[in-house]
Amino acid sequence: MVPTSYYVLLSAILFTIGVLGVLLRRNAIVVFMSVELMLNAANLALVAFARERLGVEAQVIVFFVITVAAAEVAVGLALLVSIFRTKRTADVDEVSTLKG
Amino acid sequence: MDLILFLITAVIAIIGAVAMLVSRNAVHSALFLLLNFAAISVMYLLLSAPFLFAIQLTVYAGAIMVLFLFVVMLLGAEKVEDAPDRIAWQQPLALLLGLALLVVSVVVGLGGATTPPPDGEALAQFSDPRSLGALLFTDYLLPFEVTGFILLIAVVGVVVLNQRGRKI
Repeated sequence: MVPTSYYVLLSAILFTIGVLGVLLRRNAIVVFMSVELMLNAANLALVAFARERLGVEAQVIVFFVITVAAAEVAVGLALLVSIFRTKRTADVDEVSTLKG
Repeated sequence: MDLILFLITAVIAIIGAVAMLVSRNAVHSALFLLLNFAAISVMYLLLSAPFLFAIQLTVYAGAIMVLFLFVVMLLGAEKVEDAPDRIAWQQPLALLLGLALLVVSVVVGLGGATTPPPDGEALAQFSDPRSLGALLFTDYLLPFEVTGFILLIAVVGVVVLNQRGRKI
């Protein structure tokens, strides 16, 4: 069997790549994708720990995380579309004022 | 055998994530992220969680990535980062902090869980979608209903945000 620590290691690497994506990229859509990557990394660690303890509850939590992530993506992308309509850009550096 | 499968999938997942991070075109980023999601779904199968494998493929790799690709192509925002970064010191600082985060999370993550997972009767119950469903509709019924409301609010929010001819 694969030790749980390998999964945790992979999860940590993926989470770090997601954080770097949020910090380095300026395309708002790619920043969004990096957030999704971080959610996935956290889910992977959760399932790995659940497999070690054989807890079904963690699978329920991952199910909820995936559902809420779907809702979050829908609303977030709608926000991006309406920002793009007013500012004509998806660069996060350009969208630095609160005035619409 | 499991270990070989894990290593291959892990390499694919990391390649997908890094390629998403470095590719300049947002459509390529989305497709590499799709590769990463597929690799993670295989991980769920390796962790004997077949229901999550199916959910990951349909919701993430299916619905969410299609939404991403659709918005990228709708906006034509494949390449918005041609101009140089306004804050010059941000990239090295981000790399440094990312490295620090990796070190900390690896140290913390490897500290606790190293025992190999047990097998047997309990594993069969763990991997059975029926036990998950039973839990979802008994102990976690209220959170389940709340996620239904969250999805409803998301639908209403998207419709309101993208109404034409009205300033928000």
